[in-house]
Amino acid sequence: MRVRLRRAWPAACALALLLLAPGPEGSAGAGVFDPETFTLKNGMAVVVIPNHRVPVVTHMVWYKVGSADEPPGKSGTAHFLEHLMFKGTRKLASGEFSRILARNGGRENAFTSHDYTGYYQSIAVDRLEMVMEMEADRMTNLVFDAKEVEPERQVIFEERRNRTGNNPSALLAEHVNATLYLNHPYRRPIIGWEHEIRGLTIADLMSFYRRWYVPNNAILVVAGDITAEKLRPLAEKTYGRIPAAPARPRVRPGEPPHRAARRVTLKDPRVRQPSWSRTFLAPSYTEGATEHVYALQVLAEILGGATGPLYRSLVVEQKLAVSAGAYFEPDRLGPGTFGFYASPRPGVSMEKLEAAMEAELARVVDKGVTGKEARRAKGRLQAEAVYARDSLGTGARVLGGALAIGLTVEDVESWPERIGAVTVPEINAAARDVLGQAASVTALLLPADKG
Amino acid sequence: MGMMGTGVTGAGGRRLLGAAAFLLAGVFALVPARAIEIQRVVSPGGVEAWLVEDHTNPIISVRFSFDGGAALDPEGREGLAEMVSSLLDEGAGDLDSQAFQRRLEDLAVRLRFDAGRDTFGGHLRTLTKNRDAAFDLLRLALTAPRFDDEPVSRIRDQILAGLRRDQENPNTIASRTLLRALFPDHPYGRPVGGTPESITAITTGGLKRFVKQRLARANVAIGVVGDITPEVLARLLDSTFGGLPERAAPGRVPETKPAASNEIIVVTKPVPQSAIVFGQEGIKRDDPDFYAAFVMNYVLGGGGFTSRLYGEVREKRGLAYSVYSSLYPLDRAALILGGAGTANARVAETLSVVREEWRRLAAGGLTVNELADAKTYLTGSFPLRFTSSGRIASMLVGMQRDNLGIDYLERRNSYIEAVTLDDVNRVARRILRADRLIVVVVGEPDGVTSVR
Repeated sequence: MRVRLRRAWPAACALALLLLAPGPEGSAGAGVFDPETFTLKNGMAVVVIPNHRVPVVTHMVWYKVGSADEPPGKSGTAHFLEHLMFKGTRKLASGEFSRILARNGGRENAFTSHDYTGYYQSIAVDRLEMVMEMEADRMTNLVFDAKEVEPERQVIFEERRNRTGNNPSALLAEHVNATLYLNHPYRRPIIGWEHEIRGLTIADLMSFYRRWYVPNNAILVVAGDITAEKLRPLAEKTYGRIPAAPARPRVRPGEPPHRAARRVTLKDPRVRQPSWSRTFLAPSYTEGATEHVYALQVLAEILGGATGPLYRSLVVEQKLAVSAGAYFEPDRLGPGTFGFYASPRPGVSMEKLEAAMEAELARVVDKGVTGKEARRAKGRLQAEAVYARDSLGTGARVLGGALAIGLTVEDVESWPERIGAVTVPEINAAARDVLGQAASVTALLLPADKG
Repeated sequence: MGMMGTGVTGAGGRRLLGAAAFLLAGVFALVPARAIEIQRVVSPGGVEAWLVEDHTNPIISVRFSFDGGAALDPEGREGLAEMVSSLLDEGAGDLDSQAFQRRLEDLAVRLRFDAGRDTFGGHLRTLTKNRDAAFDLLRLALTAPRFDDEPVSRIRDQILAGLRRDQENPNTIASRTLLRALFPDHPYGRPVGGTPESITAITTGGLKRFVKQRLARANVAIGVVGDITPEVLARLLDSTFGGLPERAAPGRVPETKPAASNEIIVVTKPVPQSAIVFGQEGIKRDDPDFYAAFVMNYVLGGGGFTSRLYGEVREKRGLAYSVYSSLYPLDRAALILGGAGTANARVAETLSVVREEWRRLAAGGLTVNELADAKTYLTGSFPLRFTSSGRIASMLVGMQRDNLGIDYLERRNSYIEAVTLDDVNRVARRILRADRLIVVVVGEPDGVTSVR
């Protein structure tokens, strides 16, 4: 499993954000990844990202379905199914996929998020067809065998203990989510609630698979030593043979207006270093006041980082915190989030830390940002788009993730220009809109009371 | 990221026809060396770097590594190398901490340092257009770090906060406990990140001494990948590294062997899942049997979703999400390590399965098919290590540190191919000693107590 909530790890957020929202250096005409695209007759979208450094490819299939598409009471279905995709099909015994792949020098994995589920392999380009054949096979021929499902359920419980049960800050993050979203299924953990994972039946998993794992709900992304011309015949004779299924809309409950500020506190005897966070509901690329979405990325870049006002004020100057920053998550099919976090130095009360953070937030909302801050932040973001071209996997991840939430290749390719076009008044308006909300979720992670 | 996805089980039987046909295509024509041409660049001042020119993107990645890492931290000053690594970019030359960081940001340069047990290293990533300025920031960081009071106290507090957080993490506690048990009287047993006491005891004088004594031209390996020519690189090597002293101060970590005993150490922590780690003496990088051990470990617990440990612990029994083994060769000792995370109630069962796999491989060796599959994976997946300039630069540094030769990439797969079943089985008997495995469990495991 994995594309979990990136916010569990604030330090990684800025980077993750960039990776999910990349672009190039805005040199006129040049795109970020310069992909080629086509669509198979059955509706499966195909994206090819040439990168000829070594004769290998990364092959990914993204399904436009994630944990937020699960029926009520069935949390964990999308992720459980992802695990079962490594079991047998009508043509291959359980584990054969992985064994064949490994024998051919391939590496693989898979991930589940709120909005999509993905499977990927990296392998020598001359083995690509074999991989496509096997991936197409498990799109339709998966076998659900109780003898395989039950041990895997135990594995998932271990995964949940590993990620959440053993980690107080992940436990708190789960509660923050469940509090932030009043009605939207983003309130449920991607891996699922333990009692609901326990109750999932083979029928639940199978019907989810049948409904969503169809070619017209999937995106094929291949990055590496390949061209669209060479890929097209392979795609047609593997995925292209699978018939399209009736299109099923993704219907999800939406959020009502938020009126009340909420607080979540976890006191856990394991905690040695307290932390504080505040999360606001925000627009995403696809929902809410989408006109703010690029301005908010620049705002997060200004506020976060080693020379941003939060770190400078709370960590360097006032010496109240060991860390402080901000992040924005716009890459969602539903509502996005804008968040702040800080962790106190010894002897600094949480009240004092919160007051200092609130003063910085109020300053941003009241006074806004400067032209210089905006220029610097935009330059950094645009540079990340150049760096994004370097690694084989980045373009595949970015484009697959974008298409899976309904964005276009053009949205990704023009990201640097759109970032470049953001103005100071736009940033300030977006800051007022999002950070000026009274209804946020403030979370405290604290050691247990003594005695 | 750790293990993801899912996996693999023996089952046998039906096979996809097409895929079966592909299985026969075992030999990889593909040699990454053909696409990756390494040049040795020696500057007029005598600084050497290995370079892979690649002008596809306007990006340059530099990786460098100085011999001598945390194992040379003075007694009671554990964490010194680590603390220096966090402070070199916190002010240098005329630039104070915020000015230095602002400069990095405005140039979109990434500059990071890191401390290992045997090395002190770092990496630099820049756009071509900011190349000279980026190398100059690296020069300043290496030769004129300021260690002003404010950043020193801030970074110290951050490291101390990190150590407190480590105390919340069963895996970190387990690893530290295991290393201490394996090397009770040797610097390798001390924590790279230090302790609250040692971090508090480190002085600005100590930080400055580290830089003066440890960073030198004679003990650095440099790898460069990207949009730069040998001529330009040669000039930048002199301007960047030329100001370092010729030689590092003497300091040598003694050769050692890890402790070997049938030992279980339980550290009680209130967590639902116990973190289990285990280890014993492994094999050094320059041992003639290294490649045989590499193949052996792939089959035992190194190979993603197809290893024996994965199959027995995860697939068949659902005992863990993650289970693995890995070779961990150090400069002056060698280990084989492994780990798993298991519900407290099932720790005893997991340990017995792990020990049984240890014994089974030592006694029975690999099957012919396992050996063949391991070889095609290890040779066929080799090019996947060349998928970003940073990874290639790291490999260039590793090749220099391990004296593998500049043509190593062309020869590497032949070393794997040459491993015989006898080689693997001999090395399995030599390394895998189930009765001398030191095990650490952090959690509240049912029915498992410390045993010495």
